[in-house]
Amino acid sequence: MDEILQVKGITKRFDDIVVFENLNLTVKKGEVVVIVGPSGCGKSTFLRCLNALEDIQEGEITLDGESINRNKKDISRIREKIGMVFQSYDLFPHLTILQNITLAPVKVKKRPKAEAEKEALELLERVGLLSKKDNYPRQLSGGQKQRVAIVRALIMHPEILLFDEVTAALDPEMVKEVLDVVLSLAKEGRTMIIVTHEMQFARAAADRMIFIDGGRIVEEGKPKDFFENPKTERLQKFLQTFTYDDEK
Amino acid sequence: MDFAVIQEYMPLYIEAFILTVKIGWIGIALSLVIGVAAAFVMHFKVPVLSRIAKIYVELFRNTPLLVQLFFIYFALPKIGIQMSAETCGALGLGLLGGSYMAEGFRSGMEAIPASQSESALALGMVKRQMFTSVIFPEALSLSVPAIVANVIFLLKETSVFSAISLMDLMFTAKDLIGLYYNTTEALFMLVMFYIVMLLPVSLIGSYLEKKARLATFGE
Repeated sequence: MDEILQVKGITKRFDDIVVFENLNLTVKKGEVVVIVGPSGCGKSTFLRCLNALEDIQEGEITLDGESINRNKKDISRIREKIGMVFQSYDLFPHLTILQNITLAPVKVKKRPKAEAEKEALELLERVGLLSKKDNYPRQLSGGQKQRVAIVRALIMHPEILLFDEVTAALDPEMVKEVLDVVLSLAKEGRTMIIVTHEMQFARAAADRMIFIDGGRIVEEGKPKDFFENPKTERLQKFLQTFTYDDEK
Repeated sequence: MDFAVIQEYMPLYIEAFILTVKIGWIGIALSLVIGVAAAFVMHFKVPVLSRIAKIYVELFRNTPLLVQLFFIYFALPKIGIQMSAETCGALGLGLLGGSYMAEGFRSGMEAIPASQSESALALGMVKRQMFTSVIFPEALSLSVPAIVANVIFLLKETSVFSAISLMDLMFTAKDLIGLYYNTTEALFMLVMFYIVMLLPVSLIGSYLEKKARLATFGE
């Protein structure tokens, strides 16, 4: 398989605080990489570096062979190929659901409005929200908003999708409706990098698991090995925080 | 109250009303342009310009319109800048209003979470698209209550135009009282014309506020 994203030796510092150092990652076309790790380990920052919402201080990120961190001028063109879904959904409150989805294809990709709307409606139908097309974001629940945010990223036909803790702000009963959508995207062969705290979902969606702690990749592997036979003590401890034994 | 007097005064008041409304709205339009521009440079901390905008806002917010109008109408001609009373009125109102509008827009822009710009950028928008399609319309929705309040305030401030001998409503009322002593009728008409001018603005304003609330961030 072709390698689509390459991250070589990147370091991120805020002033003199090192968030992560010398991180490497290669993602192949169609691969689903799930990143887990304790809060504050730098995994969200890492994701934000991948579409240059954050600067990096050292190293190189390339998408399709094009440098992301050295292409400041052209970054918006590269970002079109990278879909990102945020924890806080960030729909545009002054636009209806349909307008939220068609804004970027029409303004950025200069696609005809009617064509963008047609595709938007198809995608909305797919996530079960066709009836909400003329509503405003504040009239939707968190889970519905997040599904719209996913559609808004999909309509740009990105080559890679980044999910930054997309269920962290949701009420528990809404988590599944969002993860089902993400899982179905994973199963249809899209290239994705997912940061999450939902371990069962991670296991179901991932082709490869990555555990980041203290700004370093501590362990990576196939989901089965990763969850059943973690090699490092730090991953073992981390995974234990998600289980409830009465022996403790 | 003598209705014959009211009828007689009516054409004068209507003329003054048209003049007041015209200069009032020109001033308000000017204040919106100045306000957006000043808020923009202050919010994005444009070097030099943001400092100038800040000084402008503090200068005009903290001096009365009457004083500003005197300055523009009586002091500027001394250094060779002469304008008609109408231009002075519109300009004075625009400058005063601009300082209020700037603060209104700026607070609107500041209420927008940074993640809104990020999600616009992540969709591939360039900064200009981000501003025109996301930040500006959102700031506008959030600023509607402040803008409506400012518009009403500015329309009422037109009553000081009479001080630079503009034939506005206030001037007309004072003039007629001075000439014919029909104080009750003249003042009654003054109040009525101001209500006719402002009530629709209030009503449309409430409607806009209700509409704009839909477009804000409330959960």
